[in-house]
Amino acid sequence: MSSAVKAVLTKPIIAENPITMQILGICSSLAVTTSLNVAVVMCVALTVVTGFSNFFISLVRNYMPSSIRIIIQMAIISALVIAVDQLLQAFAYEISKQLSVFVGLIITNCIVMGRAEAFAMKNPPVVSFMDGIGNGLGYSIILLLLATIRELFGSGSLFGMEILPLVANGGWYQPNGLMLLAPSAFFIIGFVIWIVRTKRTEQMEKSEFRLAAHTIQEAAH
Amino acid sequence: MAFNKDSVSGTIKVALIVCVVCSIFISSAAVILKPFQVENKILDRNMNILIAAGMYDPALNSQAEINSLFAEFTPRIVDLNSGSFMTDEQLNELGIDVQSYDDRSVLSDPDFSDALPEEDDIADLKRRVRYATVYLVEAADGSLQNIVLPVSGYGLWGTMYGYLALEGDGNTVTGIGFYDHKETPGLGGEITNPRWKALWPGKQIFDANSDVALRIVKGNGSGVHEVDGLSGASLTTRGVGNLIEFWMGPNGFGPFLTNVKQG
Amino acid sequence: MEHYLSLLVRAVFVENMALQMFLGMCTFIAVSKKIETAVGLGIAVTAVQVITVPLNNLVYQYLLKAGALSWLGFPELDLSFLGFICYIGIIAAVVQVMEMFMDKYMPALYNALGVFLPLIAVNCAIMGGSLFMVERSYNFPESVVYGIGSGFGWALAIATMAGIREKLKYSDVPLGLRGMGITFITTGLMSLGFMSFSGLSL
Repeated sequence: MSSAVKAVLTKPIIAENPITMQILGICSSLAVTTSLNVAVVMCVALTVVTGFSNFFISLVRNYMPSSIRIIIQMAIISALVIAVDQLLQAFAYEISKQLSVFVGLIITNCIVMGRAEAFAMKNPPVVSFMDGIGNGLGYSIILLLLATIRELFGSGSLFGMEILPLVANGGWYQPNGLMLLAPSAFFIIGFVIWIVRTKRTEQMEKSEFRLAAHTIQEAAH
Repeated sequence: MAFNKDSVSGTIKVALIVCVVCSIFISSAAVILKPFQVENKILDRNMNILIAAGMYDPALNSQAEINSLFAEFTPRIVDLNSGSFMTDEQLNELGIDVQSYDDRSVLSDPDFSDALPEEDDIADLKRRVRYATVYLVEAADGSLQNIVLPVSGYGLWGTMYGYLALEGDGNTVTGIGFYDHKETPGLGGEITNPRWKALWPGKQIFDANSDVALRIVKGNGSGVHEVDGLSGASLTTRGVGNLIEFWMGPNGFGPFLTNVKQG
Repeated sequence: MEHYLSLLVRAVFVENMALQMFLGMCTFIAVSKKIETAVGLGIAVTAVQVITVPLNNLVYQYLLKAGALSWLGFPELDLSFLGFICYIGIIAAVVQVMEMFMDKYMPALYNALGVFLPLIAVNCAIMGGSLFMVERSYNFPESVVYGIGSGFGWALAIATMAGIREKLKYSDVPLGLRGMGITFITTGLMSLGFMSFSGLSL
């Protein structure tokens, strides 16, 4: 693997993480993080979809009429998501039930669309594929971190296996119920951003003004 | 002539090709995977019934054993209004196939379900099916050993769906299990906790006058008609209580259980 | 009637799209810096939601659901696997048509809301609304009510958030937390507040 391709793959994992850097794709990354099992499946699904959608979109990028560009991208992404959903229903039924509508929401996940538009439209297929996988992994890292914290402190277990013995089962750990509820996800992601930005000062937001100029562009993803 | 992607004909051509390729891709995925999905659904239902009846433990039994364990159960369709089993002729007439009939999917069909009047709608269900699937286990001597009944009721966040398993007398509980609910994890979600479910076996639904007597109480439930509520989840607990009261009562399986008791 | 009112209140407060379901977060965070833009986007989301949820409901009931095509003579057909692609297609189409319609007949409104319309097609809250509608098998009137409620709930959340952020601008926030970090934590606190509506029964 050449170093350029490698950089495309590894950069989005920490340095240009789509979630902490660009607040992309957090919608689904929060709701499915109460248990690690479900989060892992979601990560795999999203990484696969981002990778392949980038690959296919890049493959046909030179034939895409600009007037129907977005809808073609959406069609390709939706087709991939449907395939993933069907596969989950066939081979991981239990987890697909827990993921419920959130598999479908991969279609509107900003990372997938954002990478297709920003990277795959301008680069050859293999590099685009790597970029998709890289961004998927960047998303996965945050998602798994969240899920680990929430499941460990919320139910005292990881992957459904008991790590901290619960008071209810005769142990010593009183689970923190808040961890399983919606607000905790916001708090944790807020703190993760704080930590990442304290370490990597270049990600800090300097002044309100610079940000305001980005508003519409950021949101368009 | 070179291909011009931005001309009208080029746009239409590309759109068509994308449509065809995507549709072939999706359809073949759906068709190839359909049998697995159907099998999963049935397996899942069977597992939930076994869990309610206390005959299956995911930690002890392997997935493969579900079907052999489930083989003891016979699905039958009950007419909830009369409380009797439907005969094959009646089923044929209505076009019901016992194996594939799904109580939940016919709930919006006016031919198979009725709206519940407000005063009868204890469990906040809005509609009730006319014909429900029950699962029976017969003992070696042909007598009824277990009855598993589908139950549902509104909790805190949404409708809870589950199975209630009774002994052959149609009165003593052998177990309860919820397979679909939206209760708060850690609080109301504890309805699936094995330790709470363990409080149920042995409790009795009806009192001497054949009225529904099983209640969910706060604190220490004692006696055969009381089950401890879940702490911190009074609304979910009330929902479970309402569900029992409704499904065991005259608008639920009451008539059927009366028939069972009379033999 | 009471049933619809209860559904509406649930959709707005108890199951708030942004604060309890985490949907539409990207735009929620990015466009909540100013009250006016937030309100504009909120109205646009509500408008699109009110049209797309019932429309997708009809598509699901009469085209996709198992047995839905019996009026065409295919009672065995189950096309529900095509759901995702149909819903997103309809959403994209509705947004496009709305944009053209507003541009032509309501230029004042178009100038106010037009810039937000392209953002909406990829807003998870819109797609999520349709998917929840299908998952909970709402009928047509219910889907109308749910569309109004979920859209309005999202609008309410983003407008409130923008109000808070306008004040927050003047506070001394730790450097690393500035901007997104503090926004997330504030969202968490709002979500905590909205949780007090749970168990609300009408």
